[in-house]
Amino acid sequence: MQIHDTPALKAEARNLNFYYSEKQALKSINMPIYDKKVTALIGPSGCGKSTYLRSFNRMHDLYPGNRYEGEIRFFPDNTNLLSPDVDPIEVRMRIGMVFQKPNPFPKTIFENVAYGLRVRGENNKRTLDDKVEHALKGAAIWDEVKDRLQDMAPNLSGGQQQRLCIARALATDPELLLFDEPTSALDPIATGAIEELVHELKKRVTILIVTHNMQQAARVSDYTAYMYLGEMIEFGKTDQIFIKPNDKRTEDYITGRMG
Amino acid sequence: MSANNASDLPKVSDRLAYNAMRNWKEKLIEAILLGAAAISVLTTLGIVYVLVSESYSFFQNVSIIDFLTDTQWTPLFDDAHFGIMVLISGTLVSSGVALLLAIPMGTIIAIYLSEFANPKVREMAKPILELLGGIPTIVFGYFALLVVTPILQFFLPSLPGFSLLSAGIVMGVMIVPYIASLSEDAMRAVPMSMREGAYAMGSTKLYTAIHVVVPAAISGLAASYILGISRAVGETMILAVAAGMQPNLTWNPMEPAATITSFIVQVALGDLPHGSIGYQTIFAAGLTLLMITLLFNILGQWLRAKYRENY
Repeated sequence: MQIHDTPALKAEARNLNFYYSEKQALKSINMPIYDKKVTALIGPSGCGKSTYLRSFNRMHDLYPGNRYEGEIRFFPDNTNLLSPDVDPIEVRMRIGMVFQKPNPFPKTIFENVAYGLRVRGENNKRTLDDKVEHALKGAAIWDEVKDRLQDMAPNLSGGQQQRLCIARALATDPELLLFDEPTSALDPIATGAIEELVHELKKRVTILIVTHNMQQAARVSDYTAYMYLGEMIEFGKTDQIFIKPNDKRTEDYITGRMG
Repeated sequence: MSANNASDLPKVSDRLAYNAMRNWKEKLIEAILLGAAAISVLTTLGIVYVLVSESYSFFQNVSIIDFLTDTQWTPLFDDAHFGIMVLISGTLVSSGVALLLAIPMGTIIAIYLSEFANPKVREMAKPILELLGGIPTIVFGYFALLVVTPILQFFLPSLPGFSLLSAGIVMGVMIVPYIASLSEDAMRAVPMSMREGAYAMGSTKLYTAIHVVVPAAISGLAASYILGISRAVGETMILAVAAGMQPNLTWNPMEPAATITSFIVQVALGDLPHGSIGYQTIFAAGLTLLMITLLFNILGQWLRAKYRENY
Protein backbone atom coordinates (compact mmCIF):
# COMPACT_ATOMS: atom_id res chain seq x y z
CA MET A 1 0.00 0.00 0.00
CA GLN A 2 1.98 2.98 -1.22
CA ILE A 3 0.34 6.30 -0.58
CA HIS A 4 2.77 9.15 -1.12
CA ASP A 5 0.42 12.10 -0.87
CA THR A 6 -1.32 10.97 2.34
CA PRO A 7 -4.01 13.57 3.16
CA ALA A 8 -4.90 14.73 6.65
CA LEU A 9 -6.82 12.36 8.91
CA LYS A 10 -10.43 13.18 9.77
CA ALA A 11 -11.09 10.11 11.84
CA GLU A 12 -9.48 6.83 12.70
CA ALA A 13 -10.90 3.58 14.04
CA ARG A 14 -8.52 1.92 16.48
CA ASN A 15 -9.11 -1.64 17.52
CA LEU A 16 -12.85 -1.16 17.21
CA ASN A 17 -15.03 -4.04 18.38
CA PHE A 18 -18.78 -3.93 18.47
CA TYR A 19 -21.28 -6.28 20.07
CA TYR A 20 -25.05 -6.63 19.62
CA SER A 21 -25.62 -8.11 23.10
CA GLU A 22 -23.52 -11.31 22.87
CA LYS A 23 -22.94 -11.31 19.14
CA GLN A 24 -19.75 -9.66 17.97
CA ALA A 25 -20.45 -7.69 14.80
CA LEU A 26 -17.14 -5.85 14.34
CA LYS A 27 -13.75 -7.40 14.98
CA SER A 28 -10.82 -5.11 15.79
CA ILE A 29 -11.25 -2.66 12.96
CA ASN A 30 -8.38 -0.31 12.25
CA MET A 31 -8.98 2.19 9.53
CA PRO A 32 -8.23 5.81 8.67
CA ILE A 33 -10.82 8.22 7.25
CA TYR A 34 -9.09 10.96 5.28
CA ASP A 35 -10.20 14.56 5.37
CA LYS A 36 -12.34 15.80 2.44
CA LYS A 37 -12.18 12.43 0.71
CA VAL A 38 -14.87 9.90 -0.08
CA THR A 39 -14.32 6.53 1.56
CA ALA A 40 -16.51 3.64 0.43
CA LEU A 41 -17.32 0.58 2.54
CA ILE A 42 -18.10 -2.51 0.48
CA GLY A 43 -18.78 -6.11 1.35
CA PRO A 44 -21.52 -8.73 1.28
CA SER A 45 -24.73 -8.32 3.30
CA GLY A 46 -24.22 -8.79 7.01
CA CYS A 47 -20.51 -8.05 6.87
CA GLY A 48 -20.86 -5.22 9.38
CA LYS A 49 -20.36 -2.23 7.13
CA SER A 50 -23.57 -0.50 8.24
CA THR A 51 -22.79 -1.40 11.85
CA TYR A 52 -19.40 0.22 11.43
CA LEU A 53 -20.90 3.32 9.80
CA ARG A 54 -23.49 3.73 12.55
CA SER A 55 -20.77 3.60 15.22
CA PHE A 56 -19.48 6.98 14.07
CA ASN A 57 -22.60 8.88 15.16
CA ARG A 58 -23.37 6.56 18.07
CA MET A 59 -26.67 5.38 16.55
CA HIS A 60 -26.20 2.10 18.44
CA ASP A 61 -26.72 4.01 21.68
CA LEU A 62 -30.42 4.20 20.82
CA TYR A 63 -30.92 0.49 21.42
CA PRO A 64 -30.25 -1.38 24.65
CA GLY A 65 -27.62 -4.10 24.87
CA ASN A 66 -25.18 -2.68 22.32
CA ARG A 67 -21.55 -2.34 23.34
CA TYR A 68 -18.47 -0.70 21.83
CA GLU A 69 -14.84 -1.48 22.54
CA GLY A 70 -11.88 0.44 21.21
CA GLU A 71 -11.85 3.94 19.83
CA ILE A 72 -12.88 6.10 16.96
CA ARG A 73 -10.63 9.15 17.10
CA PHE A 74 -12.05 12.27 15.52
CA PHE A 75 -9.75 15.06 14.36
CA PRO A 76 -8.59 17.82 14.59
CA ASP A 77 -9.51 17.70 18.28
CA ASN A 78 -8.60 14.02 18.75
CA THR A 79 -11.86 13.19 20.56
CA ASN A 80 -12.74 9.55 21.08
CA LEU A 81 -16.28 9.46 19.67
CA LEU A 82 -17.07 6.27 21.57
CA SER A 83 -15.94 7.46 24.98
CA PRO A 84 -18.71 7.25 27.58
CA ASP A 85 -17.78 10.81 28.59
CA VAL A 86 -18.68 12.09 25.13
CA ASP A 87 -22.34 13.03 24.72
CA PRO A 88 -23.80 11.23 21.68
CA ILE A 89 -25.88 14.32 20.92
CA GLU A 90 -22.68 16.34 20.70
CA VAL A 91 -21.28 13.73 18.29
CA ARG A 92 -24.38 13.78 16.10
CA MET A 93 -24.23 17.54 15.87
CA ARG A 94 -20.83 17.22 14.18
CA ILE A 95 -21.58 14.20 12.03
CA GLY A 96 -24.48 14.12 9.57
CA MET A 97 -26.18 11.00 8.26
CA VAL A 98 -28.21 10.05 5.19
CA PHE A 99 -30.17 6.83 5.42
CA GLN A 100 -30.95 3.99 3.06
CA LYS A 101 -34.58 4.90 2.70
CA PRO A 102 -35.32 8.62 2.43
CA ASN A 103 -36.84 9.65 5.76
CA PRO A 104 -38.05 13.24 5.48
CA PHE A 105 -39.99 14.47 8.52
CA PRO A 106 -43.73 15.09 8.18
CA LYS A 107 -43.08 18.81 7.85
CA THR A 108 -42.67 21.32 5.07
CA ILE A 109 -39.60 21.26 2.82
CA PHE A 110 -38.32 24.38 4.55
CA GLU A 111 -38.82 22.99 8.06
CA ASN A 112 -37.09 19.74 7.15
CA VAL A 113 -33.93 21.57 6.18
CA ALA A 114 -34.23 24.02 9.07
CA TYR A 115 -34.68 21.13 11.53
CA GLY A 116 -31.04 20.76 12.56
CA LEU A 117 -30.67 24.52 12.91
CA ARG A 118 -33.73 24.71 15.14
CA VAL A 119 -32.39 21.83 17.25
CA ARG A 120 -29.32 23.99 17.77
CA GLY A 121 -31.56 26.85 18.92
CA GLU A 122 -31.37 28.96 15.76
CA ASN A 123 -34.65 30.85 15.29
CA ASN A 124 -33.59 33.95 13.42
CA LYS A 125 -35.72 34.06 10.27
CA ARG A 126 -33.02 35.65 8.11
CA THR A 127 -30.34 33.16 9.17
CA LEU A 128 -32.68 30.21 8.65
CA ASP A 129 -33.68 31.45 5.19
CA ASP A 130 -30.03 31.85 4.18
CA LYS A 131 -28.86 28.52 5.52
CA VAL A 132 -31.83 26.59 4.13
CA GLU A 133 -31.25 28.07 0.68
CA HIS A 134 -27.54 27.36 0.89
CA ALA A 135 -28.14 23.76 1.95
CA LEU A 136 -30.75 23.14 -0.74
CA LYS A 137 -28.35 24.52 -3.35
CA GLY A 138 -25.59 22.34 -1.94
CA ALA A 139 -27.82 19.31 -2.36
CA ALA A 140 -28.70 20.32 -5.95
CA ILE A 141 -32.42 20.50 -5.27
CA TRP A 142 -32.93 24.26 -4.87
CA ASP A 143 -34.19 24.85 -8.42
CA GLU A 144 -36.81 22.12 -8.07
CA VAL A 145 -38.24 23.25 -4.74
CA LYS A 146 -37.54 26.98 -4.42
CA ASP A 147 -41.13 27.85 -5.38
CA ARG A 148 -42.72 25.39 -3.00
CA LEU A 149 -40.74 25.49 0.20
CA GLN A 150 -43.98 25.37 2.18
CA ASP A 151 -45.15 22.10 0.58
CA MET A 152 -45.03 18.95 2.67
CA ALA A 153 -41.75 17.10 2.15
CA PRO A 154 -43.27 13.59 1.96
CA ASN A 155 -45.00 14.65 -1.28
CA LEU A 156 -41.67 14.88 -3.11
CA SER A 157 -40.44 12.03 -5.32
CA GLY A 158 -38.07 9.46 -3.81
CA GLY A 159 -34.98 10.96 -5.45
CA GLN A 160 -35.96 14.46 -4.37
CA GLN A 161 -36.64 13.24 -0.84
CA GLN A 162 -33.18 11.76 -0.64
CA ARG A 163 -31.57 14.99 -1.85
CA LEU A 164 -33.72 16.83 0.68
CA CYS A 165 -32.35 14.53 3.40
CA ILE A 166 -28.85 15.40 2.19
CA ALA A 167 -29.73 19.10 2.36
CA ARG A 168 -31.08 18.52 5.88
CA ALA A 169 -27.76 16.97 6.90
CA LEU A 170 -25.74 19.70 5.14
CA ALA A 171 -27.61 22.61 6.70
CA THR A 172 -25.67 22.34 9.95
CA ASP A 173 -22.25 22.15 8.26
CA PRO A 174 -21.25 18.69 9.48
CA GLU A 175 -17.59 17.72 9.45
CA LEU A 176 -18.32 14.18 8.37
CA LEU A 177 -21.26 12.87 6.35
CA LEU A 178 -22.31 9.23 6.67
CA PHE A 179 -24.22 7.67 3.78
CA ASP A 180 -25.87 4.32 4.44
CA GLU A 181 -26.64 2.89 0.99
CA PRO A 182 -28.22 6.18 -0.03
CA THR A 183 -29.28 5.08 -3.51
CA SER A 184 -30.56 1.55 -2.93
CA ALA A 185 -34.19 2.76 -2.96
CA LEU A 186 -33.75 5.01 -6.00
CA ASP A 187 -33.99 4.64 -9.77
CA PRO A 188 -30.86 4.98 -11.95
CA ILE A 189 -31.43 8.65 -12.80
CA ALA A 190 -31.91 9.67 -9.17
CA THR A 191 -28.90 7.50 -8.30
CA GLY A 192 -26.81 9.36 -10.87
CA ALA A 193 -27.85 12.69 -9.35
CA ILE A 194 -26.86 11.56 -5.85
CA GLU A 195 -23.50 10.22 -7.04
CA GLU A 196 -22.74 13.48 -8.77
CA LEU A 197 -23.67 15.27 -5.58
CA VAL A 198 -21.34 13.12 -3.48
CA HIS A 199 -18.55 14.00 -5.89
CA GLU A 200 -19.35 17.68 -5.53
CA LEU A 201 -19.70 17.55 -1.74
CA LYS A 202 -16.25 16.18 -1.00
CA LYS A 203 -14.85 19.64 -1.59
CA ARG A 204 -16.59 20.71 1.60
CA VAL A 205 -16.98 17.65 3.77
CA THR A 206 -15.50 14.23 4.50
CA ILE A 207 -17.73 11.41 3.32
CA LEU A 208 -18.09 7.80 4.39
CA ILE A 209 -20.44 5.78 2.22
CA VAL A 210 -21.74 2.23 2.51
CA THR A 211 -22.75 0.73 -0.78
CA HIS A 212 -23.79 -2.60 -2.21
CA ASN A 213 -23.01 -1.40 -5.65
CA MET A 214 -19.37 -1.85 -6.57
CA GLN A 215 -19.59 0.32 -9.65
CA GLN A 216 -20.85 3.05 -7.39
CA ALA A 217 -17.94 2.60 -5.00
CA ALA A 218 -15.55 2.73 -7.95
CA ARG A 219 -17.23 5.84 -9.38
CA VAL A 220 -17.55 8.01 -6.29
CA SER A 221 -14.84 7.05 -3.81
CA ASP A 222 -11.19 7.91 -3.33
CA TYR A 223 -10.60 5.13 -0.81
CA THR A 224 -12.34 1.80 -0.44
CA ALA A 225 -12.51 -0.67 2.40
CA TYR A 226 -13.61 -4.25 1.88
CA MET A 227 -15.28 -5.84 4.91
CA TYR A 228 -16.18 -9.46 5.45
CA LEU A 229 -17.75 -11.13 8.52
CA GLY A 230 -17.08 -8.13 10.74
CA GLU A 231 -13.45 -7.80 9.75
CA MET A 232 -11.69 -5.19 7.68
CA ILE A 233 -10.06 -7.31 5.00
CA GLU A 234 -8.46 -4.60 2.94
CA PHE A 235 -8.28 -0.84 2.80
CA GLY A 236 -6.64 1.24 0.12
CA LYS A 237 -7.02 3.71 -2.67
CA THR A 238 -10.06 2.84 -4.75
CA ASP A 239 -8.01 2.35 -7.92
CA GLN A 240 -5.69 -0.05 -6.21
CA ILE A 241 -8.54 -2.03 -4.57
CA PHE A 242 -10.41 -2.44 -7.81
CA ILE A 243 -7.46 -2.95 -10.17
CA LYS A 244 -4.98 -4.82 -8.06
CA PRO A 245 -6.36 -5.98 -4.70
CA ASN A 246 -3.80 -7.53 -2.37
CA ASP A 247 -6.14 -9.95 -0.70
CA LYS A 248 -7.62 -12.92 -2.51
CA ARG A 249 -10.98 -12.46 -0.74
CA THR A 250 -11.23 -8.87 -1.95
CA GLU A 251 -10.49 -9.99 -5.48
CA ASP A 252 -13.12 -12.72 -5.31
CA TYR A 253 -15.75 -10.28 -4.13
CA ILE A 254 -14.92 -7.61 -6.65
CA THR A 255 -14.84 -10.01 -9.56
CA GLY A 256 -18.18 -11.44 -8.44
CA ARG A 257 -17.01 -14.89 -7.41
CA MET A 258 -18.43 -14.41 -3.96
CA GLY A 259 -20.98 -12.35 -2.10
CA MET B 1 -41.93 -26.34 -27.91
CA SER B 2 -43.06 -25.07 -31.29
CA ALA B 3 -46.72 -24.89 -30.33
CA ASN B 4 -46.84 -21.60 -28.54
CA ASN B 5 -50.05 -20.31 -30.08
CA ALA B 6 -52.39 -19.02 -27.42
CA SER B 7 -55.11 -21.46 -28.53
CA ASP B 8 -52.91 -24.50 -27.88
CA LEU B 9 -52.30 -23.65 -24.25
CA PRO B 10 -54.70 -24.99 -21.61
CA LYS B 11 -56.98 -22.31 -20.32
CA VAL B 12 -56.74 -21.37 -16.67
CA SER B 13 -60.44 -22.11 -16.22
CA ASP B 14 -59.96 -25.68 -17.54
CA ARG B 15 -57.40 -26.38 -14.90
CA LEU B 16 -59.55 -25.09 -12.07
CA ALA B 17 -62.97 -26.34 -13.12
CA TYR B 18 -62.73 -29.74 -11.40
CA ASN B 19 -62.72 -28.13 -8.00
CA ALA B 20 -66.22 -26.67 -8.02
CA MET B 21 -66.64 -27.38 -4.30
CA ARG B 22 -64.10 -24.72 -3.56
CA ASN B 23 -66.24 -22.08 -5.23
CA TRP B 24 -69.25 -23.10 -3.16
CA LYS B 25 -67.28 -22.93 0.04
CA GLU B 26 -65.95 -19.53 -0.87
CA LYS B 27 -69.47 -18.29 -1.59
CA LEU B 28 -70.80 -19.69 1.67
CA ILE B 29 -68.07 -18.04 3.71
CA GLU B 30 -68.64 -14.80 1.87
CA ALA B 31 -72.36 -14.97 2.68
CA ILE B 32 -71.65 -15.56 6.38
CA LEU B 33 -69.23 -12.66 6.50
CA LEU B 34 -71.69 -10.41 4.70
CA GLY B 35 -74.42 -11.47 7.13
CA ALA B 36 -72.24 -10.61 10.12
CA ALA B 37 -71.42 -7.22 8.66
CA ALA B 38 -75.07 -6.63 7.78
CA ILE B 39 -76.24 -7.17 11.36
CA SER B 40 -74.33 -4.20 12.70
CA VAL B 41 -75.24 -2.00 9.75
CA LEU B 42 -78.92 -2.94 10.01
CA THR B 43 -78.94 -2.31 13.76
CA THR B 44 -77.56 1.16 13.18
CA LEU B 45 -80.10 1.82 10.46
CA GLY B 46 -82.88 0.57 12.74
CA ILE B 47 -81.82 2.93 15.53
CA VAL B 48 -81.66 5.85 13.13
CA TYR B 49 -85.09 4.94 11.76
CA VAL B 50 -86.70 4.85 15.21
CA LEU B 51 -85.02 8.10 16.26
CA VAL B 52 -86.03 9.90 13.09
CA SER B 53 -89.61 8.64 12.95
CA GLU B 54 -90.37 9.43 16.61
CA SER B 55 -88.62 12.78 16.31
CA TYR B 56 -90.73 13.48 13.25
CA SER B 57 -93.91 13.17 15.34
CA PHE B 58 -92.26 15.35 17.98
CA PHE B 59 -91.55 18.09 15.48
CA GLN B 60 -95.21 17.98 14.38
CA ASN B 61 -95.98 19.48 17.79
CA VAL B 62 -92.91 21.59 18.46
CA SER B 63 -91.33 23.84 15.88
CA ILE B 64 -87.64 23.35 15.16
CA ILE B 65 -87.04 27.05 15.77
CA ASP B 66 -88.42 26.78 19.31
CA PHE B 67 -86.50 23.59 19.84
CA LEU B 68 -83.21 25.30 18.98
CA THR B 69 -83.78 28.77 20.45
CA ASP B 70 -85.96 28.37 23.56
CA THR B 71 -83.99 28.90 26.76
CA GLN B 72 -86.08 26.60 28.95
CA TRP B 73 -86.45 22.85 29.01
CA THR B 74 -89.60 21.83 30.86
CA PRO B 75 -91.16 19.12 28.69
CA LEU B 76 -93.11 17.52 31.53
CA PHE B 77 -94.63 20.68 33.00
CA ASP B 78 -98.00 22.16 32.12
CA ASP B 79 -96.22 25.14 30.64
CA ALA B 80 -93.98 22.99 28.47
CA HIS B 81 -90.83 24.42 26.91
CA PHE B 82 -88.56 22.47 24.61
CA GLY B 83 -85.28 24.40 24.39
CA ILE B 84 -82.66 21.75 23.63
CA MET B 85 -79.86 24.29 24.11
CA VAL B 86 -80.41 23.86 27.85
CA LEU B 87 -79.31 20.22 27.58
CA ILE B 88 -76.68 20.88 24.91
CA SER B 89 -74.99 23.42 27.17
CA GLY B 90 -74.73 20.84 29.97
CA THR B 91 -73.35 18.26 27.56
CA LEU B 92 -70.80 20.63 26.04
CA VAL B 93 -69.60 22.05 29.36
CA SER B 94 -69.13 18.65 30.99
CA SER B 95 -67.47 17.26 27.85
CA GLY B 96 -65.27 20.34 27.66
CA VAL B 97 -64.07 19.86 31.24
CA ALA B 98 -63.47 16.16 30.59
CA LEU B 99 -61.50 16.74 27.39
CA LEU B 100 -59.48 19.59 28.85
CA LEU B 101 -58.19 17.00 31.28
CA ALA B 102 -58.17 13.87 29.12
CA ILE B 103 -56.53 15.15 25.92
CA PRO B 104 -53.37 16.65 27.44
CA MET B 105 -53.04 13.90 30.03
CA GLY B 106 -53.71 11.09 27.54
CA THR B 107 -51.24 12.54 25.07
CA ILE B 108 -48.53 12.98 27.69
CA ILE B 109 -49.00 9.42 28.92
CA ALA B 110 -48.84 8.17 25.34
CA ILE B 111 -45.63 10.11 24.67
CA TYR B 112 -44.11 8.72 27.83
CA LEU B 113 -45.10 5.13 27.11
CA SER B 114 -44.11 5.18 23.47
CA GLU B 115 -40.90 7.22 23.61
CA PHE B 116 -39.49 7.12 27.12
CA ALA B 117 -40.70 4.11 29.10
CA ASN B 118 -38.56 1.03 28.90
CA PRO B 119 -40.36 -2.05 27.57
CA LYS B 120 -40.89 -3.53 31.03
CA VAL B 121 -42.66 -0.45 32.34
CA ARG B 122 -44.75 -0.28 29.18
CA GLU B 123 -45.81 -3.93 29.46
CA MET B 124 -46.94 -3.26 33.02
CA ALA B 125 -48.50 0.16 32.60
CA LYS B 126 -50.61 -0.47 29.53
CA PRO B 127 -52.83 -3.23 30.92
CA ILE B 128 -53.31 -1.27 34.17
CA LEU B 129 -54.27 1.77 32.16
CA GLU B 130 -56.72 -0.25 30.12
CA LEU B 131 -58.19 -1.70 33.30
CA LEU B 132 -59.15 1.85 34.24
CA GLY B 133 -61.20 1.95 31.04
CA GLY B 134 -63.02 -1.19 32.13
CA ILE B 135 -64.43 0.21 35.38
CA PRO B 136 -68.24 0.56 35.12
CA THR B 137 -69.22 4.20 34.70
CA ILE B 138 -71.70 4.01 37.58
CA VAL B 139 -68.70 3.43 39.86
CA PHE B 140 -67.04 6.50 38.41
CA GLY B 141 -70.29 8.38 38.99
CA TYR B 142 -70.37 7.67 42.71
CA PHE B 143 -66.63 8.27 42.93
CA ALA B 144 -67.30 11.75 41.53
CA LEU B 145 -70.19 12.39 43.89
CA LEU B 146 -68.72 10.98 47.10
CA VAL B 147 -64.98 11.55 46.72
CA VAL B 148 -64.15 14.15 44.08
CA THR B 149 -66.91 16.62 44.90
CA PRO B 150 -65.99 16.86 48.62
CA ILE B 151 -62.32 17.30 47.70
CA LEU B 152 -63.18 20.03 45.23
CA GLN B 153 -65.44 21.68 47.80
CA PHE B 154 -62.45 21.92 50.11
CA PHE B 155 -60.76 24.19 47.55
CA LEU B 156 -63.92 25.77 46.14
CA PRO B 157 -66.32 26.17 49.07
CA SER B 158 -69.04 27.59 46.83
CA LEU B 159 -69.22 24.40 44.75
CA PRO B 160 -72.65 22.76 45.06
CA GLY B 161 -73.09 19.07 45.81
CA PHE B 162 -73.85 18.36 42.18
CA SER B 163 -71.72 20.04 39.54
CA LEU B 164 -70.61 19.69 35.93
CA LEU B 165 -67.03 20.31 37.10
CA SER B 166 -66.75 17.28 39.31
CA ALA B 167 -68.59 15.02 36.87
CA GLY B 168 -66.47 16.37 34.00
CA ILE B 169 -63.19 15.75 35.83
CA VAL B 170 -64.06 12.15 36.61
CA MET B 171 -65.31 11.65 33.08
CA GLY B 172 -61.92 12.95 31.90
CA VAL B 173 -60.15 10.39 34.09
CA MET B 174 -62.34 7.72 32.56
CA ILE B 175 -61.44 8.82 29.02
CA VAL B 176 -57.67 9.12 29.61
CA PRO B 177 -56.98 5.41 29.01
CA TYR B 178 -58.76 5.42 25.66
CA ILE B 179 -56.81 8.41 24.42
CA ALA B 180 -53.52 7.22 25.90
CA SER B 181 -53.82 3.72 24.52
CA LEU B 182 -54.85 4.71 20.98
CA SER B 183 -52.34 7.57 20.82
CA GLU B 184 -49.58 5.27 21.98
CA ASP B 185 -50.44 2.80 19.22
CA ALA B 186 -50.35 5.62 16.67
CA MET B 187 -46.98 6.87 17.88
CA ARG B 188 -45.43 3.44 18.01
CA ALA B 189 -46.52 2.91 14.41
CA VAL B 190 -44.22 5.75 13.36
CA PRO B 191 -41.28 3.98 11.72
CA MET B 192 -38.01 3.84 13.63
CA SER B 193 -36.23 5.28 10.57
CA MET B 194 -38.05 8.56 11.19
CA ARG B 195 -36.78 8.73 14.76
CA GLU B 196 -33.28 7.74 13.70
CA GLY B 197 -33.33 10.62 11.23
CA ALA B 198 -34.20 12.99 14.04
CA TYR B 199 -31.63 11.59 16.47
CA ALA B 200 -28.97 11.71 13.76
CA MET B 201 -29.59 15.46 13.55
CA GLY B 202 -28.63 15.77 17.20
CA SER B 203 -32.09 16.06 18.70
CA THR B 204 -32.93 14.91 22.20
CA LYS B 205 -35.61 12.35 22.99
CA LEU B 206 -38.12 15.01 23.98
CA TYR B 207 -37.44 17.15 20.91
CA THR B 208 -37.81 14.09 18.68
CA ALA B 209 -41.06 13.10 20.37
CA ILE B 210 -42.63 16.55 20.07
CA HIS B 211 -41.30 17.69 16.70
CA VAL B 212 -41.16 14.47 14.73
CA VAL B 213 -43.12 11.60 16.28
CA VAL B 214 -46.24 13.57 17.26
CA PRO B 215 -46.61 15.28 13.86
CA ALA B 216 -46.04 11.93 12.14
CA ALA B 217 -48.76 10.29 14.23
CA ILE B 218 -51.15 13.25 14.10
CA SER B 219 -53.95 11.47 12.27
CA GLY B 220 -53.94 8.64 14.82
CA LEU B 221 -53.90 11.17 17.63
CA ALA B 222 -56.83 13.02 16.05
CA ALA B 223 -58.73 9.73 15.81
CA SER B 224 -58.16 9.06 19.50
CA TYR B 225 -59.33 12.57 20.41
CA ILE B 226 -62.47 12.09 18.35
CA LEU B 227 -63.17 8.84 20.14
CA GLY B 228 -62.63 10.67 23.43
CA ILE B 229 -65.10 13.37 22.38
CA SER B 230 -67.68 10.76 21.43
CA ARG B 231 -67.24 9.03 24.77
CA ALA B 232 -67.63 12.31 26.64
CA VAL B 233 -70.68 13.46 24.72
CA GLY B 234 -72.38 10.09 25.09
CA GLU B 235 -71.43 9.44 28.73
CA THR B 236 -74.50 9.03 30.90
CA MET B 237 -74.15 7.54 34.37
CA ILE B 238 -71.41 9.79 35.72
CA LEU B 239 -73.46 12.83 34.80
CA ALA B 240 -76.75 11.40 35.99
CA VAL B 241 -75.19 10.67 39.40
CA ALA B 242 -72.83 13.58 39.95
CA ALA B 243 -73.99 16.53 37.85
CA GLY B 244 -77.54 16.83 39.12
CA MET B 245 -80.48 16.49 36.77
CA GLN B 246 -82.10 19.89 36.78
CA PRO B 247 -82.19 21.47 33.31
CA ASN B 248 -80.06 24.59 33.54
CA LEU B 249 -78.87 26.72 30.64
CA THR B 250 -75.36 27.52 31.84
CA TRP B 251 -71.81 27.67 30.58
CA ASN B 252 -70.45 27.65 34.12
CA PRO B 253 -68.98 24.27 35.15
CA MET B 254 -69.45 25.19 38.81
CA GLU B 255 -73.21 24.72 38.50
CA PRO B 256 -75.32 21.60 38.39
CA ALA B 257 -77.04 20.88 35.09
CA ALA B 258 -78.72 18.12 33.12
CA THR B 259 -77.15 16.87 29.92
CA ILE B 260 -78.86 15.26 26.96
CA THR B 261 -78.00 11.81 28.22
CA SER B 262 -78.91 12.36 31.85
CA PHE B 263 -82.26 13.79 30.75
CA ILE B 264 -82.95 10.66 28.73
CA VAL B 265 -82.15 8.46 31.72
CA GLN B 266 -84.34 10.52 33.98
CA VAL B 267 -87.33 10.45 31.68
CA ALA B 268 -86.90 6.85 30.68
CA LEU B 269 -87.05 5.82 34.35
CA GLY B 270 -90.47 7.37 34.85
CA ASP B 271 -93.54 5.91 33.18
CA LEU B 272 -94.55 8.04 30.29
CA PRO B 273 -97.42 6.96 28.06
CA HIS B 274 -96.23 5.74 24.66
CA GLY B 275 -96.82 8.41 22.02
CA SER B 276 -97.07 11.31 24.47
CA ILE B 277 -95.04 14.42 23.81
CA GLY B 278 -92.86 13.67 26.85
CA TYR B 279 -92.09 10.25 25.43
CA GLN B 280 -91.18 11.75 22.08
CA THR B 281 -88.76 14.24 23.61
CA ILE B 282 -86.50 11.29 24.45
CA PHE B 283 -86.13 10.59 20.76
CA ALA B 284 -85.66 14.20 19.77
CA ALA B 285 -82.94 14.50 22.40
CA GLY B 286 -81.41 11.21 21.23
CA LEU B 287 -81.39 12.40 17.65
CA THR B 288 -79.65 15.60 18.71
CA LEU B 289 -77.01 13.55 20.48
CA LEU B 290 -76.54 11.39 17.41
CA MET B 291 -76.10 14.52 15.29
CA ILE B 292 -73.43 15.89 17.62
CA THR B 293 -71.47 12.63 17.62
CA LEU B 294 -71.87 12.36 13.86
CA LEU B 295 -70.55 15.88 13.44
CA PHE B 296 -67.42 15.04 15.40
CA ASN B 297 -66.95 11.80 13.52
CA ILE B 298 -67.14 13.61 10.20
CA LEU B 299 -64.69 16.19 11.51
CA GLY B 300 -62.42 13.34 12.54
CA GLN B 301 -62.62 11.68 9.13
CA TRP B 302 -61.83 14.97 7.47
CA LEU B 303 -58.85 15.58 9.75
CA ARG B 304 -57.61 12.09 9.13
CA ALA B 305 -57.83 12.50 5.37
CA LYS B 306 -56.12 15.88 5.53
CA TYR B 307 -53.17 14.80 7.66
CA ARG B 308 -52.76 11.26 6.45
CA GLU B 309 -49.27 9.98 7.09
CA ASN B 310 -47.33 9.24 4.02
CA TYR B 311 -44.47 7.20 5.25
